[in-house]
Amino acid sequence: MLAQLFTSFIASAAFGVIFNVPKKSLMQCGFVGMTGWLLYYGLVEYTIDSVIATLAAAFVVALISQTFAKIYKTPIIIFNVSGIIPLVPGGLAYDAMRHFVSNDYSVAVQLAVKTCMLSGAIAMGLVFSEVMNQLVKKYNQNKH
Amino acid sequence: MGNQPKTSEVIELCMLAGRIMMESGAETYRVEDTMTRIAASFGIDHSHSFVTPTGIIFSIDGDDPSKFNRISKRSTDLKKVTAVNSISRQISNVEITAREALIELRRIERANLAYPIWLQIFAAFISSGCFLIMFQGRWDDFIPACVAGGIGFSCLIYLHRLLEIKFFAEFLSSFIIGLLAFLFVHTGIGNEVDKIIIGSVMPLVPGLLITNAVRDLMAGHLVSGISKGADASLTAFAIGSGIAAVFSFY
Repeated sequence: MLAQLFTSFIASAAFGVIFNVPKKSLMQCGFVGMTGWLLYYGLVEYTIDSVIATLAAAFVVALISQTFAKIYKTPIIIFNVSGIIPLVPGGLAYDAMRHFVSNDYSVAVQLAVKTCMLSGAIAMGLVFSEVMNQLVKKYNQNKH
Repeated sequence: MGNQPKTSEVIELCMLAGRIMMESGAETYRVEDTMTRIAASFGIDHSHSFVTPTGIIFSIDGDDPSKFNRISKRSTDLKKVTAVNSISRQISNVEITAREALIELRRIERANLAYPIWLQIFAAFISSGCFLIMFQGRWDDFIPACVAGGIGFSCLIYLHRLLEIKFFAEFLSSFIIGLLAFLFVHTGIGNEVDKIIIGSVMPLVPGLLITNAVRDLMAGHLVSGISKGADASLTAFAIGSGIAAVFSFY
């Protein structure tokens, strides 16, 4: 678990470097990535379906990113991107591709569909939290 | 602010800000928002901007002609996005004049804010190993994954300069990663070829494009959303077929 904590932090921050994130935001990038990955990892450990786990993790990643974007007055995309990267179903896509190459199409299609579901879950998670953010904004505006 | 800037100056300012942001990988809706905001803070309330990944059109109501800018190169440089964003904030808060903003933007456009190449390669190096561990790999595969990922990423940077076609650069890089992974396992340095490949391919994954495509689509920017999505799937396909090619040889 500690290794997961550590590696997900480093991996997300390193991705920040690849995307040229400003130096002072790198730590936050690592933090966002770590939180998202830990949530995903924990949920999957508790035998929750990986689609739901991805959805929840992407939602939380976007939520933290919005908060950070507000605090540090930077574009939200900086935090979003590094947080999402660990959730990308690279391993599954790889498995799917491997089965395609070895002419094992029935398994390959199953895996490919699962990959699509996971990518869709990431998208939904991002969108849900965006919607929530807008609702909160509207509510605050109406109150004034 | 006593003297209002000329309209042509404001248009130039908007175009430049939009172009820098789009070339550096900002979301479409943010670019459009920034452009109209800058225009509005100089008293031009009815401006229209239409931004796609390959070009920007900006026009304001009245006699002034519309402007068009072509965007030919697209990279990922979130530092520039942040810099332009903070300038647009300063403009909205009336902290700088149009002329100062224009000078500042020109400086940003020319500046090379990117991290040095060796640092980027090192980041790819480290993140490959970390992803290996995150995907339940073994610690003794850590170094092989790092090396494969680092070399793959340097190939990508180098081939990008050499070749105009992005697809081919990505294809070749992932092909090299696949070859290296098999080589490591073959010589006994690495253990699980699958885990090594998955970990070291991660730095090539088009994460920014995917996130941007989703956000653009949901914000109603259908043209940019779909074209960015196509770009992302093309990259994913390139990576996949690069690895697949290795398998078919092996």
